[in-house]
Amino acid sequence: MRVKAITVRIIKQFFHDKRTLAMMLVAPLLILTIISLVFNGEDSVPSIGIEQVPEPVKELLKEQKITVSEMDQGDAEQKFREGSLDAWITLEDNQPRIVLEGSDPGTNQMVLNIVQQAIQSPGQKMKPDVEYFYGTEDMTSFDNFGPVLIGFFAFFFVFLIAGVSFLRERTGGTLERLMGSPVKKSEIVIGYLLGFGFFTLIQSTLIVIYSIYVLDLLMIGDFIWVLAVTLLCAFTALSLGTLLSTYAHNELQIIQFIPIVIVPQVFFSGLFDLEAISDLVSWIGPITPLYYAADALRDVMIRGLGFEEIAINLAVLFGFSLLFSAANILALRKYRSF
Amino acid sequence: MDNTMVIELTDLTKAFGSTTVIKKTSLEVQNGEIFGMLGPSGAGKTTLVKMIAGIEKPTSGELRLFNEKMPSHRLIRQIGYMAQTDGLYHDLTGLENLKFFSAMYGMKGKKQKERMEEVLELVDLTAYKQKVVRNYSGGMKRRLSLAVALLHEPKLILLDEPTVGIDPVLRQSIWNELYKLKEKGMTILVTTHVMDEADKCDRLAMMREGAIIAVGSPDSLKEETESETIEEVFLYHGGGKYEG
Repeated sequence: MRVKAITVRIIKQFFHDKRTLAMMLVAPLLILTIISLVFNGEDSVPSIGIEQVPEPVKELLKEQKITVSEMDQGDAEQKFREGSLDAWITLEDNQPRIVLEGSDPGTNQMVLNIVQQAIQSPGQKMKPDVEYFYGTEDMTSFDNFGPVLIGFFAFFFVFLIAGVSFLRERTGGTLERLMGSPVKKSEIVIGYLLGFGFFTLIQSTLIVIYSIYVLDLLMIGDFIWVLAVTLLCAFTALSLGTLLSTYAHNELQIIQFIPIVIVPQVFFSGLFDLEAISDLVSWIGPITPLYYAADALRDVMIRGLGFEEIAINLAVLFGFSLLFSAANILALRKYRSF
Repeated sequence: MDNTMVIELTDLTKAFGSTTVIKKTSLEVQNGEIFGMLGPSGAGKTTLVKMIAGIEKPTSGELRLFNEKMPSHRLIRQIGYMAQTDGLYHDLTGLENLKFFSAMYGMKGKKQKERMEEVLELVDLTAYKQKVVRNYSGGMKRRLSLAVALLHEPKLILLDEPTVGIDPVLRQSIWNELYKLKEKGMTILVTTHVMDEADKCDRLAMMREGAIIAVGSPDSLKEETESETIEEVFLYHGGGKYEG
């Protein structure tokens, strides 16, 4: 009988907490759908540029599942920078020369296999010269997705901690007390940003240093830019966490934001091949902060790019922080009459 | 000066969505009195106090404090508000809490330090000021909460159920503190659902279902209705059952 009472009580509690119920029933479906769309999209087709390649080889290449177009080395390098080309092939003194874009070991391997097949006519052994525009031959998968993880962890932990501590401010009555004092709403939000910013700076520095010097993550660009991106990423997480905590009644509901806010970002941040993602969901990436953080981190760490190339990403992240903070100030209005 | 109105409510109402929590209410609280708001939980006491404190916006009607219209940033500084929840940072020490909240009122330096010692003395927590609030007893938290509300030397103090869940000895000591504050010229508005506490107020308003049903000094209220106790007065006006 007591067991029955407990069972019934739990079921009733679930029905009273609609959000938890929805999370349990709907969230897995949502995430599974996203995953299927991320992985079942069409295979990404490597895009390869060629110059002065003999007709027979060209024909063989075109039979492969790749996009082939003629261009000179200058064009190719331009396209590498834009990220719209995976490799460039030419023939120098009868010796094939392949320049790989290089930042994704998976794509590198795929392109090499395809090209080897095309140029390896029977009885003829040709070893192509392989060069890397970005990255190196020794690059591991970790080197490729490590930068994304740096951004992710900075985002994840700051989001959770900031969300919970702002929630406590409300449930503990201290927010009410602040609202009864002359403090400005913007002062609260900025104070939060700076206070957490202090620990965020320490956290970001530690993550970056550890990844690069202890875990030996590939690092070509400037340390300061990695730090800048990570910090801005964490600021975005901080402002989003405090904003969303307004819509949570307890710690559990903060945790429920993880499958809604965090998990989708992971799928679209570049941990998985973005080009292969179905068009149905590919629009999600560009509206998530982590997408820009991950892109900028890869640009700096793998491609060695500097401020000019990541400026837009930094600006977008800054814009997100600003937007969330402003929304938070607006959300605080309901706690005060003036 | 003595007869100035500290709080003046005129036809104040508050609705959350379609539920009206405060029906058209008018009320005047005079300078230097301890004014009690008595009523069962759910009567709207907290909502009324929050509106006076500037935390909740009235739906309609006018609210004036010290002859000035609320909400106003200037008036906020004159109010000390102690909510039902303690509103303390549990992972800071008592002193750190006081330091933080006094900074919110722009206090600093020697003045801040002196004032913190004063309120600690007043609520008898000087010996525990370096202790983390998490380790405070329930009563100590209430007292520290009161200390925070008094920090910036407000002229009007709003106390929402300051003695709830507190043992009789401590309750007496909180009331003694309120009398001390009254002597210093402060106006005190205190809510309670405990009938015998109402007797300790200079004047009181009885609230029921979002409306004030009677106002007056405890003695005159009893006289008017020929009652022996406040509880009888409440029953006389409310007609309904009292479920504190």
